[in-house]
Amino acid sequence: MSETLVITGAQLLGAESADIIVENGVIAEIGSGLSRAGARVIDAAGLVALPGLVDLHTHLREPGYEASETILTGTKAAASGGFTAVFAMPNTSPVADTAGVVEQELALGEAAGYATVQPIGAVTVGQKGERLAELGAMATSRAQVRVFSDDGFCVFDPLIMRRALEYVKSFDGVIAQHAQDPRLTEGAQMNEGTVSAELGLAGWPAVAEESIIARDVLLAEHVGSRLHVCHLSTAGSVDIIRWAKKRGINVTAEVTPHHLLLTDELVRGYDARYKVNPPLRREEDVLAVREGLADGTIDIVATDHAPHPSEHKACEWQAAANGMVGLESALRVVHQSMVQTGLIGWADVARVMSAAPARIGRLAGHGTPLEVGQPAQIALYDASVAGVFTEADLHGRSVNSPYLGRDLPGRVQFTLHGGVLTVDDGAVVAELRAHDALSERSESK
Amino acid sequence: MRHLLDTRTLDKVTALRILDIAEDMSDTQSREVKKLPTLRGKTVVNLFFEDSTRTRISFEAAAKRLSADVINFAAKGSSVSKGESLKDTAQTLEAIGADAVVVRHPASGAPQTLATSGWISAGVVNAGDGTHEHPTQALLDAFTIRKRRFGADSRGRDLSGLRVVIVGDVLHSRVARSNVWLLTTLGADVTLVAPPTLVPQNVSLWPVRVVYDLDQALAEGPDAVMMLRIQLERMNAAYFPTEREYSRRWGLDALRLDGLPDGSIVMHPGPMNRGLEISSEAADSERSTVLEQVTNGVSIRMAVLYLLLAGERDEERGGDQ
Amino acid sequence: MSARTVLHEADVSRALTRIAHEILESNRGAENLVLLGIPTRGVTLARRLAVLISEIAQTSVPAGALDVTLFRDDLAKHPTRSPHPTDIPAGGIDGKTVVLVDDVLFSGRSIRAALDALQSIGRPAIVRLAILVDRGHRELPIRPDFIGKNIPSARSERVNVRLVEDDGSEGVTIEA
Repeated sequence: MSETLVITGAQLLGAESADIIVENGVIAEIGSGLSRAGARVIDAAGLVALPGLVDLHTHLREPGYEASETILTGTKAAASGGFTAVFAMPNTSPVADTAGVVEQELALGEAAGYATVQPIGAVTVGQKGERLAELGAMATSRAQVRVFSDDGFCVFDPLIMRRALEYVKSFDGVIAQHAQDPRLTEGAQMNEGTVSAELGLAGWPAVAEESIIARDVLLAEHVGSRLHVCHLSTAGSVDIIRWAKKRGINVTAEVTPHHLLLTDELVRGYDARYKVNPPLRREEDVLAVREGLADGTIDIVATDHAPHPSEHKACEWQAAANGMVGLESALRVVHQSMVQTGLIGWADVARVMSAAPARIGRLAGHGTPLEVGQPAQIALYDASVAGVFTEADLHGRSVNSPYLGRDLPGRVQFTLHGGVLTVDDGAVVAELRAHDALSERSESK
Repeated sequence: MRHLLDTRTLDKVTALRILDIAEDMSDTQSREVKKLPTLRGKTVVNLFFEDSTRTRISFEAAAKRLSADVINFAAKGSSVSKGESLKDTAQTLEAIGADAVVVRHPASGAPQTLATSGWISAGVVNAGDGTHEHPTQALLDAFTIRKRRFGADSRGRDLSGLRVVIVGDVLHSRVARSNVWLLTTLGADVTLVAPPTLVPQNVSLWPVRVVYDLDQALAEGPDAVMMLRIQLERMNAAYFPTEREYSRRWGLDALRLDGLPDGSIVMHPGPMNRGLEISSEAADSERSTVLEQVTNGVSIRMAVLYLLLAGERDEERGGDQ
Repeated sequence: MSARTVLHEADVSRALTRIAHEILESNRGAENLVLLGIPTRGVTLARRLAVLISEIAQTSVPAGALDVTLFRDDLAKHPTRSPHPTDIPAGGIDGKTVVLVDDVLFSGRSIRAALDALQSIGRPAIVRLAILVDRGHRELPIRPDFIGKNIPSARSERVNVRLVEDDGSEGVTIEA
């Protein structure tokens, strides 16, 4: 059972100060001048209290690629970033396209205990884009899968995409599309633009993302289904989503922290830490996605945490793998790019990084408000500090972060996962105290 | 000069210095004894991950004329073809004691990765990386243009006012990119001619004009016409419909050759596709500088190796000798 | 930094005139002579000597330049030097009496490099050395045949030669 905690003086969503009592994994009381005999007191003066963050797009690499990351190491990284739940993408080995694999992932997450792992199922068998995977079986399994994606690959065949959109309606599922026309991006290495023309790297044009999104929102409209767009990266894509929502199409979209901050100018120098899919774009695109996140066109921030071993990054650009780790830095990057610039406030951060992702993913027990009776999923964040981001800030198994050596604001001081401290005074807790994972799970369903 | 990776960041003073030293090197090549003792005791490694006999033997000749020791590393059949990484290959060379590494690699940016990685302390010369740059080619092209124009009076001169037309697959050409930067740095006027599919979408910031019609460009009477090889091995057929159509619209045939003003030269980095981008009449005419380019290539590469290896090492190298 | 003048303009002129006579005396005339100056100021001196010799002997003597940069053995001890042009007069050096001309003789390494450079160009019959200033401190067995002036110096001192064509004024100074 989790211990009783008295959190004093926290700024709820960055606003008024309050004390919070956590008992039996639940927020028991909120007020001022609170206390409990024998309970540990956490002095949260000056810390922003946020609901535990929920990442709708994480790569935990297990089963199959444990050299880069495991569910244990990945959820530790998540906890250090203030996350209490992560959705695990299915591009594992074997691919998570059956009930068996998703249930295994769920069990591994429960055993680790650092964050709730909600598996995402593949849309097609082996993510090959040819036949639908057993979406229904995954939905009714113990893993209760609701989000399906072939992420890494685009569901390119329009007929398969239509069928998938239609099929998941029967269990309130959602298809999360990785929008990338494969024919327009054969051999692509970076954003197609002025930088790629100079560097002699094959371009990944914005239209390859936008044309798929345009097609998919029309398909979603036609079949009356909901659609989620992964890692949206271009100004044109924001425009399309805006148009679709205005039309009443049930579409949601996510943006990664790196697309809120970094541009393709960083590719000069050929440092493969900046190689990612979809690629870093232009300054205009960064400004457009920031605006889109601020005005609600883009619903959430999702990290697309993609660990890789060093030999896949310390090499020539063309040979390097795509991806950046992002769980540990996400909140700090959003703080710098969106809060410090005045585009959004902490209440919006709670929405785009906790409430909305949980809602889109239909994950109960997470993304819940900081109110009495709700599960104790809490992140306490010190927004007043700043520092250089180093490898010491990374807690997963891989170090392919584009922020190493960069100044970032803030620091997660405490994270509570179902009332259990996973980050204590700025450090990831080495050994978690046993907690009743199964009952927590069945309660929340 | 610590490395020569590109012409994009090569300033005019250094570029002219290389051209002028190449003049001196060229002079020594007409002596009875062509060999110079200048780089004796230095080791130059030719690290070629892509097939290229011409460039490799050019660098080899340049190094040997300066009495440097040359080690040739060809990727095919080596540990690289068994999956050895660039990093491990580089560190093996470092352990052997290379003073300079001449790299040709199919991945754009590989020489820069090698130079900035900290894996080796040797100077790096880019002998062609992917579709990015081929700086010594551009330098020998500039040298050739200058020499044809000014002859014995070349030393110290730039290319101000000279007009150069570059024709062909600009999109995939490292020779084109290197020439665009170097020729404009030296004051020349550069026009690119290609089908729209073979010009990058975003060249509006390049200091060049882009024209799709070869006859229009040639009518302006350029001083040099540089034909690029159509790289059949790099692309699928969708860039232009047929070789015949390409040759008709963008090939330098006898008619176009005759229309050039007196003194205009025809250039080609080689190897040529005779009959495709360049006709035999053009390739073999008096205007053609194809063979001089090869000779000048050795002089330029001697100058580059000299600048990289002869003087005292910069602080950058950590003070080692 | 105190610089004292060891040769004034008139001294330089007299020294060169004397050297021109000595060359002609040693060679028994102007036949087969080729003067090669070592850049930069050696070239100026070689040209002047050629003019002087021509006036005295009433016949022209070819003069040129011999760059030794690429043959030096001390390149790695200095920032990279740019070579200067080498200009061998028509008629070449095979079978000729080559007189190398330089402004200052110090360690002797430039002259050793010059001998190597000559060897790569051809085969002179005789090689002689004419120097405006010999400041001692030889590191190699190199001896000048024609000397303008011997100037004993400390190793740390600097000997500066100025010639009108190169520097706008004329004279040799030595400074600590």
